Amino acid sequence: MFNDLQTLCLVIVLAPLAGALLAGLGGGILGRAGAHTVTILGVLVATICSFVVFKQVIVDGMPPADFTVYEWLSSGNFSLQVGFLIDPLTVTMMSVVTFVSLMIHVYTIGYMHDDPGYTRFFSYISLFTFAMLMLVMANNFMQLFFGWEAVGVVSYLLIGFWYQRESAIFANLKAFLVNRVGDFGFLIGIAAVLMYFNSLDYADVFAGAPDLAGQQITLYGTEVWSVMTFICICLFIGAMGKSAQVPLHVWLPDSMEGPTPISALIHAATMVTAGIFMVARMSPLFEFSETALNFVMFIGAVTALFMGLLGLVQNDIKRVIAYSTLSQLGYMTVALGASAYAAAIFHLATHAFFKALLFLAAGSVIIGMHHEQDMRKMGGLYRYMPVTWICCFLGTLALIGFPGTSGFFSKDMIIEAVHLSTLPAAGFAYWSLVIGVIVTALYSFRLFFMTFHGSERMDRDTWEHIHESPAVVWVPLCALAIPSIFIGLFLVGPMLFENYFAGSILVQEQHNVLATLGEDYHGPWGLIVHSFTSPMILLCMATGIFLAWIGYLKQPDLPGKLAGWLKWPYRVLVNKYGFDAFNQIIFAGGARKLGALLWQIGDVKLIDGLVVNGTALTVRWFSGVIRHLQTGYLYHYAFAMIIGLVFLLVFFVHRIGFAGLTP
Amino acid sequence: MNTGLPLLSLLVWTPVLGGVWVLFAGDRQAGTARYLSLFVATLTFIISALLYLRFDLQNPGMQFIELRSWISAFNINYHLGIDGISLLMILLNTFITLLVVIASWDVIEVKVSQFMAAFLILEGLMNGVFVSLDTILFYVFWEALLIPMFLIIGIWGGPRRVYATIKFFLYTFLGSVFMLVALLYLYFQSGTFSILELYDLPLGLTEQVLIFIAFLLAFAVKVPMWPVHTWLPDAHVEAPTAGSVVLAAVMLKLGGYGLLRFSLPITPDASAALAEFMIVLSLIAVVYIGFVALVQMDMKKLIAYSSISHMGFVTLGLFAAFVINEKTANAGAAIMGIEGGMMQMISHGFISGALFLCVGVMYDRMHSRQISDYGGVVNTMPVFAALMMLFALANSGLPGTSGFVGEFLVIISSFQASPWIAICAAITLILGAAYTLWMYKRVIFGPVTNDEVAELKDINGREKLVLGILAIAVLLFGIWPAPIFEIMHATIEQLYTHMLTGKAG
Repeated sequence: MFNDLQTLCLVIVLAPLAGALLAGLGGGILGRAGAHTVTILGVLVATICSFVVFKQVIVDGMPPADFTVYEWLSSGNFSLQVGFLIDPLTVTMMSVVTFVSLMIHVYTIGYMHDDPGYTRFFSYISLFTFAMLMLVMANNFMQLFFGWEAVGVVSYLLIGFWYQRESAIFANLKAFLVNRVGDFGFLIGIAAVLMYFNSLDYADVFAGAPDLAGQQITLYGTEVWSVMTFICICLFIGAMGKSAQVPLHVWLPDSMEGPTPISALIHAATMVTAGIFMVARMSPLFEFSETALNFVMFIGAVTALFMGLLGLVQNDIKRVIAYSTLSQLGYMTVALGASAYAAAIFHLATHAFFKALLFLAAGSVIIGMHHEQDMRKMGGLYRYMPVTWICCFLGTLALIGFPGTSGFFSKDMIIEAVHLSTLPAAGFAYWSLVIGVIVTALYSFRLFFMTFHGSERMDRDTWEHIHESPAVVWVPLCALAIPSIFIGLFLVGPMLFENYFAGSILVQEQHNVLATLGEDYHGPWGLIVHSFTSPMILLCMATGIFLAWIGYLKQPDLPGKLAGWLKWPYRVLVNKYGFDAFNQIIFAGGARKLGALLWQIGDVKLIDGLVVNGTALTVRWFSGVIRHLQTGYLYHYAFAMIIGLVFLLVFFVHRIGFAGLTP
Repeated sequence: MNTGLPLLSLLVWTPVLGGVWVLFAGDRQAGTARYLSLFVATLTFIISALLYLRFDLQNPGMQFIELRSWISAFNINYHLGIDGISLLMILLNTFITLLVVIASWDVIEVKVSQFMAAFLILEGLMNGVFVSLDTILFYVFWEALLIPMFLIIGIWGGPRRVYATIKFFLYTFLGSVFMLVALLYLYFQSGTFSILELYDLPLGLTEQVLIFIAFLLAFAVKVPMWPVHTWLPDAHVEAPTAGSVVLAAVMLKLGGYGLLRFSLPITPDASAALAEFMIVLSLIAVVYIGFVALVQMDMKKLIAYSSISHMGFVTLGLFAAFVINEKTANAGAAIMGIEGGMMQMISHGFISGALFLCVGVMYDRMHSRQISDYGGVVNTMPVFAALMMLFALANSGLPGTSGFVGEFLVIISSFQASPWIAICAAITLILGAAYTLWMYKRVIFGPVTNDEVAELKDINGREKLVLGILAIAVLLFGIWPAPIFEIMHATIEQLYTHMLTGKAG
């Protein structure tokens, strides 16, 4: 029934699902060790199989495979199927997702060791892996949407994992609803795809895209849009939700209420990159709408710069990393807008490693500090947690894009690519990203210095118990640190400048900034040398580090003073530009007010009060007039209706009936 | 047809006579009444399953036809038959009734035999509606089934049950009276009470519009469509759990079924002419009621409002088909809308039934439906919380559950009627999640809020069984809805062709 590749793909998807089901339903029987064994086994199998497929596609050059697993339903003349599309883009995502997931499974053994929801947690993270794989491996929009929503739900469950905490169950509902706003756009986009392509299969849609490029859609009156622009912007709204782009970013910082492995797995390395992946996957559509590309680039640039700035004023170690994630997602989005899809995916991959590393390092710190997350109560930890310290340092270097690290290659290439883009938003985007480099270096080293260096600000009780984390925690850290540093060196050439994504990402000639960059590409070492010979980015980075050094090691009272001098901008940052307050008042509050209004006025007063009970009251008044008819018994009312009916019948028989009956 | 056994008659009369049997035999012994009812409900379910096994999926027309003269003077016949649409409804009905019998096992302690009998008779009468091919027979079943439901709410209901029952009864009765007038008018025009013959009766547009409106009054109340929906929250709040389950899961479907069986094929031109009006009403139901659901403080009311909002997708799917035909003539998309509406009915049967059972489970323990009386139930009832999570997510239309399928198809097909229709309908993605999960958050999540919650016992084996079966149904038809579409596909294709062949001349 299935050939080797198909069987392999099914195993990749089903192994984590089986693990999730076993741990979830049979957690009581399996016990804690049983639960983590089955789930890790499932993900391990998926990881190995993914690597095998990766090798087949990337190394052996197997052509893309597109096949159906089963028919979900057929309705009208549409057949909606569950199936897989295996091409370079898919296998890259599969490998990243399964590998990061595996590391996090192992790490969780240590991190969640004492948690009563241990088996439940493993079940969730395996289920998440399944959902994410369904998303990246889909060959049609229906399944994409399935994976899209499924990862959203697991994220909802995981953010609210500690369901007794009010903040956690607030954050998870918020995350789900904000994501739903994005999904709303996404679904409309899918509906438009069905209308104009008459199919939901990628193959049909991508093949039909060039023919639709000139078509228009009338939205209201004489307002016409290009169909492609409409579809792409709708789809991108979905991406804005999942990949947390302004203004749908508000859920991500709050999602840090979930356990740290989740922040690493979902809110840094995999789920939030679903939007980036989706746009790259849809490149055959986006390439036909420069308006959409501009929009994408603009939103990305705003996110990259302004969310990074918020990272400067956060004191919760995880929240700083969360804002950093937002900012990095902005970088990826800008790359998408510049048609440098490959660069976006490249940054996605490198970011997955170094951000997961940073989160797990933060988690390790949190364990060491006995669940203290406030950096103001840390400091000097390098003495007590050397492994974590080194891993965090390597992750930070990768994040700021220090020459040679993986982040350097991916981020530099994005900035260069945007520089070459000719779209109107490119200028703004370029400078946002460049300033973003200063900001990134500043908040990253602020975190690093506040946590690991400087004075020890924790209370005595905590201080006595600080310890390096156990091996299940630091081994994944080291395993992630290696790719965080080196993977860029090996991948930058093939991924960006060779035919790595041939057939899965489409770039039009006039947008192809990476090809232009490729003309000057002389190997990864050339890029490193180049960064020193034209050192603007490097200087930006150095500025950021220097400022962090001044503010958080040399003159620790300076930031406080600065906040005092710059009261107004500081407040804007602390209030996160007011997005949360605005949403809370306008959307959450407004919806409840509107609901109450519609209910009390519409249903209770008008329909029930006036019409329904009003009718009843009229009847009562009327029967009060004809006193002896007023009985209050139901069957009398019913009887009255029947009498009326008889009248009507007589009327019909009299007027029309005879003619009808006797021809 | 090919078996010699009159399966459809058995389907109607087994539960009705079985109900009478339970009434007499089980009067003294509650236990006897329970086991007898379980036997009858199981038997009926098996009959419906036989029907499915012998059903010819390729045949779009009526099958298993039974035709006997009833009142020959007026050409009224005992005329039964089913197509793909009726079969699905019957399966839903027999399935839900079986579950309801199990779910009410030891919850009801007074007048057990009457209670069980009422549900069995109700089941038979509803089957009667789904199999009737004669308008008078249909009408008799249609009105008769009000009686058991009236009794269920009136006898086993909550404190305001009298107001609720009267409202329920008058609302639905008032609507159906107009339907009767329309049916009689049709008889005088055609000389037949046969539904299938009425399909081919030529009618002028004005006539059609009047008939359509008369039908609509009957069906819209049942669906219920905005603005004739206000009986539903009251009826649900007062009804016992089992009553709510049957009401939401099956009885509301009578409205959608009526539209499919009568309005669309008998008055196709009027349906087309009024399609936009119907779409507007449907969208109001989806959006307006979605907001109303958000602020409910009573769980049952919230789910009742959520039902109204979800049923908006049914009517939207049915009537968007006309506009799609007009705009793009894309038959595939139009049929997808109708089938999406059908799927929504089936799925809503599972999900709303399950949610009402969930509220029932909590009500049995705490005797309150107020959201504010709960909080932190997950701490004491983890298994229950997990199951309810699934149903809550299904109610929010999560892909992978049956709740997604219908909404998805209706939204993506209605886009072809107008992007704005799809945009309005898709708001449910946000609203549905908001009201369902916000309720879930307040009731289930959080720390234990009071002593009563602290002493809750998790669900027992019987409750696990009922909710577990529903959970499987919700997941199965979310992951693999194809079988449901196979049953109805031929029938709906033929219906669609018929709808477009106008009869106004």
